[in-house]
Amino acid sequence: MDELNSLFQGFSVAMTWYNLGMMMIGIVLGVVIGVLPGLGGPNGVAILLPLTFTMAPTSAIIMLSCIYWGSLFAGAITSVLFNIPGETHSVATTFDGYPLAQQGRAGEALTASFTGSFLGAFVSVLLITFLAPMVARFALKFGPPELFAVFLLTFCSFVGTGKDPFKNVISMMLGFGLAAIGMDSVSGELRMTFGLSDLLRGIEFLIVVIGLFGIGEILLSMEEGLAFEGKHANINAKVVWQTWKQLPKYWLTILRSAIIGCWMGITPGGATAASFMGYGIAKKFSKNGDKFGTGQLEGVIAPETAAHASGTAALLPMLALGIPGSATAAVLLGGLMVWGLQPGPMLFVEQKEFVWGLIASMYLSNIVGLVIVLSTVPLFAAILRIPFAIIAPVIVVVCAIGAFTVHGVMLDVWFMLLFGIIGYVLKKLDYPLAPMVLSLVLGDRAEASFRQTMMGSRGDLGIFWSNPLVGSITTLALIMLFWPALSFIRDKLRGQPNLA
Amino acid sequence: MRLKQRRAQRGAITRNAMEVITAIVIFALGVVMMVDNFKIGAGWASDGPESGYFPFRIGAILCIASFSVALRSFMSAQGKGEEFVSREKFRLVLAVLVPTAVYVLGIQFLGIYIASTLFIAAFMRVMDKSSWLKTTLVSVSVNAVLFWMFEIQFKVPLPQGPLKVLLGT
Repeated sequence: MDELNSLFQGFSVAMTWYNLGMMMIGIVLGVVIGVLPGLGGPNGVAILLPLTFTMAPTSAIIMLSCIYWGSLFAGAITSVLFNIPGETHSVATTFDGYPLAQQGRAGEALTASFTGSFLGAFVSVLLITFLAPMVARFALKFGPPELFAVFLLTFCSFVGTGKDPFKNVISMMLGFGLAAIGMDSVSGELRMTFGLSDLLRGIEFLIVVIGLFGIGEILLSMEEGLAFEGKHANINAKVVWQTWKQLPKYWLTILRSAIIGCWMGITPGGATAASFMGYGIAKKFSKNGDKFGTGQLEGVIAPETAAHASGTAALLPMLALGIPGSATAAVLLGGLMVWGLQPGPMLFVEQKEFVWGLIASMYLSNIVGLVIVLSTVPLFAAILRIPFAIIAPVIVVVCAIGAFTVHGVMLDVWFMLLFGIIGYVLKKLDYPLAPMVLSLVLGDRAEASFRQTMMGSRGDLGIFWSNPLVGSITTLALIMLFWPALSFIRDKLRGQPNLA
Repeated sequence: MRLKQRRAQRGAITRNAMEVITAIVIFALGVVMMVDNFKIGAGWASDGPESGYFPFRIGAILCIASFSVALRSFMSAQGKGEEFVSREKFRLVLAVLVPTAVYVLGIQFLGIYIASTLFIAAFMRVMDKSSWLKTTLVSVSVNAVLFWMFEIQFKVPLPQGPLKVLLGT
């Protein structure tokens, strides 16, 4: 029961007025960021990260992780009231959420989805509390070969997600390429700086994230024309209570979705896939499955629970192994390095206060978050009614300032613009952006662990099969890598069209 | 959906063409990576892989993957007629992109506060046809909040431009 002791210590760290204040600010900012088009979890965290450089790491991570929770909650607001998924993981919420709003039951739909989110997150946090320390303890024994094998597994399992494996690979390799720019941390040699002294430091991942997700998203939203026609939500204690009374009969749906979400969050399946799967499975098993899509509470609870569970569980591998399970987790991980913490299993040994403070804050912030979103929905919905012509330039200004504050260099703002255009084109062509952020953040460490391994083995790749542990991780990674090809061949042999 | 399937207008770029162009650009990036890293050494030194070893291979994978994306777009008839972006929509995108570029240039000469005020005001006047009162109120107050937050609360210096003299900071 070491974990419980540590957790209580964590609570004493998180339960200061200052940290609770940061929590509130984080949640509110997160919901605003999640509701606004063009700002999302990864981008919002990236813009605010430079402001936390001088804060204590624990307070900083509490605030930034709360922005993440807030943005997860916010997805439901836009989906239910406006039929616009603010984030991709809330697409499935629109299926039953918007019909409910049309029937004037928006309050119920929102209460159900927020509560589902809360429960999903709660299951994930429990999992993190007990599983993460175990994984970290196990990972302490990892040497460079095992570490690289885990990196390899992470990247390979991304290849099979999404529509096109080749585009996943391209996105990932672009991230690695960007990470390699600048001074090589092992030999000190300059790589791909093309004689520009400004590139010595490399390209900061925050700039890339703000460009891709911020400016790119604004350009995309602009295309849609943007006249939001929203429904009104009426949430009061009575509605909340009546909805809560209905929830216990959906316990199995909630549990199923939470498990799916946890699994998809730890493996890099992501919240989007989790929400669709949660919805699909609930539809299959529910008695009212055929009524899904016409406004079933269950159809709102299932995807939201899964999405929130997955978003939260994405922090498990980030804390235990130093490998993030989502784009936002990747940005948070980048933050750890900025604050001078070394990500990886040693965190649980060296930075007990930080890790357990964060975990304890997850319990608190989800309760705080639930209360805040339940009580302030109309306020946030009002934000969406502000004309886009006012919102858009303000978001651009905020992005520009965010990019500038990273190093205080004008060139970064230009880079932001460039990555905005790149993000717009890539998104339109269905290139996934999360793998790029992931490999950009992890690139240097993955490369270093590879080179250390190679130095040890004198260039013999056999070291990746030198013991059962590293061997099985590597083999699993290769299977994941060739999975799309294998399933393609299998479908061809069966003579079925490939739908994957 | 119907909109997407409409055949591309004359002069508009098709989705497939854009797919190929993007792949070619990525391929070129891959080549640049390979060449640049080959120059600093992409093989083995006495103490392990050289600096260019890892990025050189990344460049190679980029080339292979982009080649297959391009090849597939060439071969497939799917999305041939679909346009990448319609003219009206592209005009809207440019309506944000061009002012944003001008704005970034503006930051360099006018500092962030003056440039931001002008940018927000111009955008509101042109796109939203807001009244002068509303425009002034929003653009000035947003910047006042930003100034308070960055210069006073967090003490993060932002480029002030000519405003610097006025404020005497």
